[in-house]
Amino acid sequence: MSASTASTNYTPKTKVGRITNFVDERVGGSGILREFGRKVFPDHWSFMFGEVALYSFVILLLSGTFLTFFFDPSMTETVYKGSFVPLKGVEMSAAYNSSLNISFDIRGGLFMRQVHHWAALLFVASIAVHMLRVFFTGAFRKPREMNWVVGGFLLILAMAEGFTGYSLPDDLLSGNGLRIIDGVIKSIPIVGTYISFFLFGGEFPGTHIISRLYTLHILLIPAIILLMIAVHLFMVVVHKHTQYPGPGRNDHNVVGYPLGPVYAAKAGGFFFIVFGVVALMAAAFTINPIWNYGPYDPSPVSAGTQPDWYIGFVDGALRLMPGWLFGIPMEWHVPLPWGTNTLTLNVLLPALVPAGIIFAVLFTYPWIERWITKDNREHHVLDRPRNAPTRTAIGVAGFILYCVMWAAASSDLIATHFHVSLNDVTYWLRALFFIGPIIGFIVSKRISLALQRKDREIALHGRETGRIVRLPHGEFIEVHAPVDEYKRYKLVGFESPLPLPATPNAQGVVDRREKRRAKLSRWFFEDRVAPVTPRELEAAHGHGHHEEIAAEEDKKAVIR
Amino acid sequence: MGLLFTGGLYAVATTVNQAKADTQSFSASDVKEGEKLFLANCATCHGMGGSGTNSGPSLVGVGAAAVDFQVGTGRMPMQMQGPQAQVKPKQFTDDQTHQLAGYVASLGAGPSIPAAEYLDEKGDAAKGGELFRVNCAMCHNAAAAGGALTRGKFAPALAGVSGQHIYEAMVTGPQNMPVFNDANITPQNKRDIITFLKTIEANGSPGGADLGSLGPVSEGLFLWIAGLGVIIAFTIWLTSRTS
Repeated sequence: MSASTASTNYTPKTKVGRITNFVDERVGGSGILREFGRKVFPDHWSFMFGEVALYSFVILLLSGTFLTFFFDPSMTETVYKGSFVPLKGVEMSAAYNSSLNISFDIRGGLFMRQVHHWAALLFVASIAVHMLRVFFTGAFRKPREMNWVVGGFLLILAMAEGFTGYSLPDDLLSGNGLRIIDGVIKSIPIVGTYISFFLFGGEFPGTHIISRLYTLHILLIPAIILLMIAVHLFMVVVHKHTQYPGPGRNDHNVVGYPLGPVYAAKAGGFFFIVFGVVALMAAAFTINPIWNYGPYDPSPVSAGTQPDWYIGFVDGALRLMPGWLFGIPMEWHVPLPWGTNTLTLNVLLPALVPAGIIFAVLFTYPWIERWITKDNREHHVLDRPRNAPTRTAIGVAGFILYCVMWAAASSDLIATHFHVSLNDVTYWLRALFFIGPIIGFIVSKRISLALQRKDREIALHGRETGRIVRLPHGEFIEVHAPVDEYKRYKLVGFESPLPLPATPNAQGVVDRREKRRAKLSRWFFEDRVAPVTPRELEAAHGHGHHEEIAAEEDKKAVIR
Repeated sequence: MGLLFTGGLYAVATTVNQAKADTQSFSASDVKEGEKLFLANCATCHGMGGSGTNSGPSLVGVGAAAVDFQVGTGRMPMQMQGPQAQVKPKQFTDDQTHQLAGYVASLGAGPSIPAAEYLDEKGDAAKGGELFRVNCAMCHNAAAAGGALTRGKFAPALAGVSGQHIYEAMVTGPQNMPVFNDANITPQNKRDIITFLKTIEANGSPGGADLGSLGPVSEGLFLWIAGLGVIIAFTIWLTSRTS
């Protein structure tokens, strides 16, 4: 606004200047540029995964547009007449036919298909890594809870977008995948069959599913993703970026570089780096060789049929679920007034429950933690994962749960490649499904606490130099070098809350809910290593024989 | 009625199959030499006269094709008892294998070593591909990369396996493989399947390195380790100045 009033006094001298000024006076571009160009972003490699996801999405839009020019989303039967000999004369759907033509008969088509598919895998992977970073550093805390939820929706949308795309070529692999989805839908009690008939336009596979998925894949889901990205980025601008703890950084400032010009140039360059890496992979490594799988036909199923990685955990859960449990079949026939319905728990439970739990916890976690800690302050400085041991442990437990299911999706390949029995792989993974998260929780929490102790040790006594000195009276000591102030700030400048005991509410009553909260709070914070206080630091550095004193102080400070 | 019909068909099919058994001729000396080799190397498990023991099945009626496959690929003599006989370097020369096959064929009628006309790899690859996907892909994978079976058993990858051995495997059903006899898949169709396998093997991977033809698992692994690894290296490089 101020930009436009200022520019009225300005008369540009060159032609380019006049054009630019003409546009600027009407659009106010310089004002926007000034505002955005001065936005400060902190610099850290782990902050760049969201950017990677964004760039992958741009690559997906570009390569996907190319593919739509040549793809025919129809299930009409045709006979293949293209140049791939082992499929010549085979009857197939127009969708598979056009996918093969993109691969073999359209210049650059195979490269673009592979760019599209590799970028899709990278898109979801970078979202996942980005979310892990956000979770483990506590970046989801106030004021960013809603943006965390938007991010969670983006993950689900990306998975949906990936799965609809995976199904489009109508090859044997994707058809098998759709068959599993069909089975999962049909396992929903009572309405499952109707939903399946509605989705497929009749009995599976029908003749409509590809064109329907195509509409979702190129229109609806990308539009929602785009909208969500806009909301996500808008909130990043509103909230400003978080930063790692360091000297001079607090919850009221952002320390980093302004967007323009260096940061913008870096980010722009980084887009081309991501594009380059994807293009390199697409050029040198094949992905989804649909010509190997042949046209979809409900009768054959290939060994080693897997979904793309992001759907793997659902497939793995299905593989882990036994058909019988302690002599009880998981498939029940329930007599209902209108006839007998089949309840296939061996499909319904693994397909919906683990994914349901993971996403429910993921979406609600910011509120769960806020409720336990009663922490209603704004946080712009991140936690180092070790300084929030219980949160880190919860994250690791969830991560391991996910990874066990993920690994189960490749149980057959684990069996053949490590020469072990497929049954044993399944049994081990079933055990790990329950035990793994617990072990992961305990181990990661202990590691976090141990790292905190190490930090404490270094802050108080300095780093071990490895230089052994013999004192005149014969004693050997190792010389410790004190850390400089900048490093020490990182080691001591964090919060370590104590458990919050239950407090009475307005009526002066400690209700059951509050008691539960207090219990959780104790579980959250009872194991802690207190940060070094200035007094301790003074004591440790002030005395000649500081080792013993510090050790005693340590004992007092470390509450078990 | 339908049962009678299918039963009758089955009877016809099996007689067709038996009638075709062993047309290959082995000389008397082959059989004699084969017997000596058999007694020295195989009889411990398969018994005198190939009649079988507790540690090895009877070989009466398995035919020359079974011997040529098992011995010719090095699976027999077995390295050790296990879920499945493993491929290893051949223990016998081609002549010795031939003699052993002659001896076992003489024990009882069984599938013979296929004629060269079915192994010329000039069949219909597309037809073979269709048959392969319907009959073989569920264990051997659509790209013939192999797959897992229960309890440590597996279906091996088929790249580099000779047409003759593929044919013999189909007619004899080694290890856990079912028998695809000539009534099930005609010799002409077996030729198509071999043609298909040899065509895709010769074709290579048009899209670049095939990552083991293992499908989305190896692709995902590659993306997470190599793809994301390179990108992380770049992010560290891009932000390295300040810290």
